[in-house]
Parts: sequence; C-alpha cells; structure tokens
Amino acid sequence: MTAARYGLVGCHDCRQVSRPRPDGDQNKHACPRCSASLHPRKPASIAKTWALVLAAAILYIPANVLPVTRTTHLGSSQTDTIMSGVIYFITSGSWHIALIIFVASIVIPALKLVVLSFLLISIHWRWQWRPEERTRLYRLIAAIGRWSMVDIFVMSIMVGLLKLGLIASIEARQGIFFFGAVVVLTLLATESFDPRLIWDRMEDR
Amino acid sequence: MDLDAYVACPECDLLHRRQTLPSGGVAKCTRCGAALYRSPRNSLDRTLAMAATGVILLIIANCYPFLSLNVEGQFRETILITGIVELYRQGMPLVATLVLLCGIVFPFIELAGLVYLLLPLKFDHRPWRMLTVFLVIRAVGPWGMTEVYLLGILIAIIKLTSMADIITGAAFYAFALLSFVVAAAAASLNADSIWQRLTVRQ
Repeated sequence: MTAARYGLVGCHDCRQVSRPRPDGDQNKHACPRCSASLHPRKPASIAKTWALVLAAAILYIPANVLPVTRTTHLGSSQTDTIMSGVIYFITSGSWHIALIIFVASIVIPALKLVVLSFLLISIHWRWQWRPEERTRLYRLIAAIGRWSMVDIFVMSIMVGLLKLGLIASIEARQGIFFFGAVVVLTLLATESFDPRLIWDRMEDR
Repeated sequence: MDLDAYVACPECDLLHRRQTLPSGGVAKCTRCGAALYRSPRNSLDRTLAMAATGVILLIIANCYPFLSLNVEGQFRETILITGIVELYRQGMPLVATLVLLCGIVFPFIELAGLVYLLLPLKFDHRPWRMLTVFLVIRAVGPWGMTEVYLLGILIAIIKLTSMADIITGAAFYAFALLSFVVAAAAASLNADSIWQRLTVRQ
C-alpha cells in the first residue's frame, strides 16, 4: 500500500511521514519536522517536466550547430562545434578523449530528453508496462546527468590557460552558452519529474 | 499509528515500517528498489573529518598555483579561478557563474555547512539555525560537481599537452583530493540521524 492510499504524505526532503489535517487544504500542509510544504506528489510535475524538456530540446539545436570555441594557433584561427571537436580528437588519435566528450556532451543530454519524454508519454497513456524498469531508467538518467557538465569545465580551464595571443589562444563562443542552458534545463527537468506517478498508474487498475 | 515508525518510498510511495539497520546497512524499497535510509559506520565522526579536510583542501585549491603552461618560450601561470574570470571577460557571464557555483561555491557551502552542523553535534550542542543550514546543504549538494570538474581538468590537460608543456601546481593536487573527499563526506553522512535530531516544531 502506498502512503497516498493511507491518506499520508512523505516529505520529499526529510522523508517524515505525516497526515494532513482533514479540514485543511491538502496543498498547504507543512511538514511537522522540516516545515517544507508537503504535496502528495510534486506539484504540476508533468507540465513542468514537459516544459523543461521541450525548452532543452529546442536549445539542443543551437548548442550543437553553433561553434563553442575559436582556437588560434600560430596566427591562424578556426572555430569548432562540439561535434567537430570530437572528430578532431578521433583524427588526432585521442579516441578515448573523443569518446568521453561525445558521450558526456552529445549522448547524455539526448538520452535524458528521450528517456524523460518516454516516461511522460508512458504516464499519459497509463501504461502498466514494467514500472520497476521505468523507475530504474529514471534513476539512471538522474545519476549520470551531471557528467554532461564536463565540457563546460574543460572550457573554463582551457580559456584560462591558453591565452598567449596569436601564438596560441582559445576563446569561448556562443554555442557554449546554449550548451550550458541545455545541461541546466535537463538537470531541472529530471528534478521536477516525479517517478511516483509511474506507480500511481499501476494502482488505478 | 505512530507515523515516525514509517517511511514512504521517495520513488514509488510504498509505505514501509522502519527497521533497525546493522551498521553499514541500506534499506531498500521492496517494490522499486530505491534506497530508503542508510546507516553508515561512525557517520558523524567520518563526515566531520571529511568535511573539515575538504574545507582546507578547497582553500588550498583556491590560493595556490593551479596549472602553468609553457609554449614556444612563453610562460603562463594560472590559479583555479583564472578560467572562470576569463570566461566572464569573453562575454559569457552566465557560463562563468555556472562553473563558479557548481565547481567552487556549492561544494564550499556544503562542506563548511557540514562542519558547522556536525562539530557542535559531536559535543551534544545544537547549532544555531540547524534546520536552515541543513536545508541549504541538501539544496546545494546535488549541484556541487567537484568530481565532474576534476574530469574536465584532466581532459583539458591531456588536450593541451599536445601543443604545450603543462606544469601542475599544489592547487591541482588539492582539487584532485578534494573531489574524493567530497564524495566520501556525502557517502558517510547519515541524513536520517540529522533529521531525527531536529525536534518537532510546535
């Protein structure tokens, strides 16, 4: 039996279980221990998550099309997108670096958007299919999501170090801004999704 | 029904009766497998030790030389914050802020906050504003990304070694250690026992 079936609410932060007063507005109930406002489920979880997923999906395009860096080496300069940076590392033999950047910057953000969309659709259509695996899928993207920040950190080190004018320098371009926005939006989307909704549909039967 | 004896799964809402865990144990949801509560060994002492170490490492990482670069006879020395300031100067204030928060500020708040909470608790005193401080720690914790930052630093070094000599400074080693210390502090923290010390508000 779920807490909701018993008319109980588990605090999303401190996990204290409490019973909202029957006379009060259920959505204005505060946790007796940590005083956070309590909701049986995260409020407007589906709408919020959809909004963040769509915004991230739109920004994913400029993040990958626009250049993220401009490198100057011995007087000649070139701009790179995330993907052309990956290709550069494959051709220069550092395939392991190429793989890390490719997975962290391209695969993980896309995977998060696909998985969250899939979970939202599965809730909308009230699928009964494998709730445990779907919860695990959510747990997976929640755990790996932070690693897509790695390219932004790489950039912050490179622009600081490589600043020798025409000899060798690197400059951040607007693509990195959109990429950062994608990462933050997907992290927020994952946080706003409520996996308990997957299980609520199982109880509707 | 004593509600303190129960816990609702954060991921599927199934209600469980709390049980006493053996030291080092984890209670998992019987339906979806999510971790419900843990009982790390010597939680308070270990977390306090790790958090205090982390604060010191973070200070070293910010004050001492971080990475230096030597290319074609040109030499450039940087500290940890140099790249963030440079991003800001290049017209990327938001990206610079993101790196500053996730890489330095949030980990510092988390570590310093843990020391502030756990040091008095160790001597059975209740720190002032305990609830607020703990809520702040819980909120910034997931956004602290020192381990991701470390990977980024390593990748940047490998990228640059093809065109320049990179010299690692004290701050680099301090930061490398820091990312492990942050993970150890998070793993040994028993959030449940902190919550239980927060008495019910009237």
